[in-house]
Amino acid sequence: MFFNSLVTNFAALEVGQHLYWKIGNIRLHGQVFLTSWILLGALLVFISLGTKKMENDPKGLQNLLEFLWDYIRDLARTQIGEKVYRDWMPFIGTLFLFVFVSNWGGALIPWRLIKLPSGELGAPTADINTTIALALLVSLSYFYAGLSNKGWRYFEYYVHPTPIMLPFKILEDFTKPLSLSFRLFGNILADELVVGVLVFLVPLILPIPVMFLGLFTSAIQALIFATLAAYYIGEAVEEHH
Amino acid sequence: MLAFNFFGATEGGLFDINATLPLMAIQVVALTYILNSLFFKPVGNVVEKREKFVSNNIIEAKNKLSEVKKLEADLLNQLQSARTEAQRIVSEAENESDKLYKEALELANNEANASKEKARLEIESQTSAARDQLSKQADDLSELIVNRLILEK
Repeated sequence: MFFNSLVTNFAALEVGQHLYWKIGNIRLHGQVFLTSWILLGALLVFISLGTKKMENDPKGLQNLLEFLWDYIRDLARTQIGEKVYRDWMPFIGTLFLFVFVSNWGGALIPWRLIKLPSGELGAPTADINTTIALALLVSLSYFYAGLSNKGWRYFEYYVHPTPIMLPFKILEDFTKPLSLSFRLFGNILADELVVGVLVFLVPLILPIPVMFLGLFTSAIQALIFATLAAYYIGEAVEEHH
Repeated sequence: MLAFNFFGATEGGLFDINATLPLMAIQVVALTYILNSLFFKPVGNVVEKREKFVSNNIIEAKNKLSEVKKLEADLLNQLQSARTEAQRIVSEAENESDKLYKEALELANNEANASKEKARLEIESQTSAARDQLSKQADDLSELIVNRLILEK
């Protein structure tokens, strides 16, 4: 009985409900695209404002953007290495910015105030499709990076210390995108659920520390995702002798 | 209802994978290109230009500093050589004046000695002349005395 009432109560959270858009035979999660467009639009506006008048002595927004750029460059350079980090910096930076903006946007903006016919707006990264898309892009990237930098010698990586490693390295190609996508998805969804449940049960004060924890987790997850993506690419282009 | 239908959900569910996935991937790739041209390239250009500017300035300043040090050492060398030169000139002048003094002293000594000698010789000659004269007068006198004594007899 209790479980039933809990389920009906949780129904207010609308877990796993989606706003479906149908284009021909294709079905899309509309709420994911809506929030991502809003957040990415804000990001692009922010960046265009900051880079509109670039000066040699940075002021205001330009300063912030340069700090961000430097942060991403350091991240890419330490993980990928001096030689090819320039090629991959935009991708790593985009992953970081996309995940960060999605996570924080999902946590900071009171999306619940906007009523949808079905499902609810939230962090785009709390949808498994988004995180799998990002993780698969990372997989494609490191394969492409390895093959374009080392040619067929890339596959030496699979038998690198000894050929015994071969099955494990092949398995890694599957576990990498799996862990990347599920880590991000799980963290962000769990954060949204915890905050949702707490707000539902105790609407005052108590959710606030959890919300701060959520912001912290969101930022950390963005950093982890970008760092791991850069690390995988770095691993693929690394020359071992 | 709580749609916790895992894989195989037809409608809804947390793990409902559909065309959102490839479209999101395309969207992220497009975002990469947009951010590259809007953010990474322009900011990178500015930052790298500034980094180059700063490092160039540092190199230039280092070059200038080493040049200044070289010039300083050069000046110090010049000063040193000028000092030794001055010392040399002073000691030379001292030697010269010493020599001149000694020469003059010697000359004066010689002159004094010469005139002393001359005076001595003159005195001697006069003394001998006076003695001669005296002895002649004594002779004359003695002759006179003798003559007178003889004549009286």
